[in-house]
Amino acid sequence: MCGIAGIIYRDGAAHPIGDEMTRMLQSMKHRGPDSTGYALYGTPENGGLVMRYKLADANTPRDFEFEERLRRHRVEVEARLAGLGARIHEVEEETPYAFRVTFDYDGDLKLLADLVENIPEAEVLSLGRSLEIVKDLGDADSVHDQYGLSEFTGTHGIGHVRMATESEVDIAGAHPYWAYPYSDVAVVHNGQLTNYFMWRRRLERAGRRFMSECDSEIIAVYLAEEMTKGASLREAMNSSLDELDGVFTYIAVTRDELGVAKDELAAKPLVLYESDELVALASEEIAIRQLVGHEIDTYDPFEREVLVWQR
Amino acid sequence: MAAVGERQIAYDARGLAEPFAEAPRIARVEDGVATFDAAELTTRTINLELRRLLYEEGVREVVVQNPASRHSLGVGILTRCKIRFEGSLGYFGCGLIDGPEIHVTGRVGWSACENMMSGVVVVDGNAGSLTGAALRGGDLVIRGRVGARTGIDQKGGTIIVCGDAGSMNGFMMQRGRQIILGDVGAGLGDSMYDGTIYVGGTVKSLGIDCVPGELTEADREFLARKFRIYGLGSPPALQKFVCGKQLYNYDSLEPAERKLVI
Repeated sequence: MCGIAGIIYRDGAAHPIGDEMTRMLQSMKHRGPDSTGYALYGTPENGGLVMRYKLADANTPRDFEFEERLRRHRVEVEARLAGLGARIHEVEEETPYAFRVTFDYDGDLKLLADLVENIPEAEVLSLGRSLEIVKDLGDADSVHDQYGLSEFTGTHGIGHVRMATESEVDIAGAHPYWAYPYSDVAVVHNGQLTNYFMWRRRLERAGRRFMSECDSEIIAVYLAEEMTKGASLREAMNSSLDELDGVFTYIAVTRDELGVAKDELAAKPLVLYESDELVALASEEIAIRQLVGHEIDTYDPFEREVLVWQR
Repeated sequence: MAAVGERQIAYDARGLAEPFAEAPRIARVEDGVATFDAAELTTRTINLELRRLLYEEGVREVVVQNPASRHSLGVGILTRCKIRFEGSLGYFGCGLIDGPEIHVTGRVGWSACENMMSGVVVVDGNAGSLTGAALRGGDLVIRGRVGARTGIDQKGGTIIVCGDAGSMNGFMMQRGRQIILGDVGAGLGDSMYDGTIYVGGTVKSLGIDCVPGELTEADREFLARKFRIYGLGSPPALQKFVCGKQLYNYDSLEPAERKLVI
């Protein structure tokens, strides 16, 4: 089933989206209790790059060497960043296995991400100048508390509560997906894609990497591929309507845009609310009502609609 | 940071919400009209209070304030009464009802008035997809627009939509009527068995075996009557669509039967 939500402020100023997204996702907990994920756009303190990565998954065996391995891999990540000439400002340990690092770096981001992911069990969850992806097992409240999201302020963000149908319940299978190596692009998806393997083989031949067996990852990688070729977010989303089979409603975000696309059957729900101040969208209106106290006028987009807003 | 009313909710071993909840008894009754504020209640206690008023107190008119888009409100009401929701409903609102006259001043989500048997539901705002799914009787009036598959599997009654409608409206409908004053999406009346769909705007495409029909005097009388009841003015020019009955193959024999005949 899954629940998705998104919020974008029109004024471009920082708002407490960490808390707001949590309230939206928690109210849709019944749509997916397996895992919760956020893609939030903030303003990193030093104006540099911010990377979130994890060094173990929920299903990684917690054997007697586990902590020692984590420590070794953590040192290795920092050594490799330094080796590339990146100047690290700060490394924050959110959980024993998930980290947030801010740094300055001018070189190739794909090379950097590849070097980090070359370390066993390591996965770059997000990399960019404003995007931060946080995902873990459990409901929105527990992920929010674990990762201290109440301090997160930003301009826009998306979130996802997952009911796993297509792959394992682990962090790699949780949304949102980063459009590796296209920095600052993320996707959440509600639905199932039926031509997953065709697209996965096609995109792997084009040099893209896949970190999970979740069908939704295709969307992020597909958008990255199209946008690398020069398409805008809207163009890439429009062509995805013809190229991807199955049922889907997905939300994609870039540094200053938020877009939503619906399949040709309009099989998955989405409720949309637009005001002068913000645009909020979610699988259920009850999530939007967590942000707006008064009665609101909302509507469901029709089939094959692609809508994009700027911040 | 719990969602509205979330903390109080308990579940039993089967996953049923609030198995031991009781009606909160907070409604004020004045001149036969009961009013209560649902802002602090949960889905189950709202429905319990509604049932207490209608079935135990015998109140014939209830006003529910602040439904706040919660799901499954006003479901399974089987008595003649008037209910007004001052606000929006979430999914599955007013499903499985038989008899009530319901007025929703906001919007309804997916699957509103599913399998309604009789009565009237008027929604002032928009509605989601699957509105009036498997409707069996009564009138359902949406003053805004609706999503996809409105009146899917409709078996009776009338659905009136004042705005636009999405794709696959009247999919597999078997009886009843739909009046859509705005534009409709692709696949109108796909695989319908019977029934009538009137459309005021443009039709993106017709579904399989849905064909234009001829507007008769009986149709005009029916439309004028429904428009008069719901204060919609005089009916505009409407196109009529019915089943072409080309998919019917009740006469053809099953393979085993064919052998017998030969």
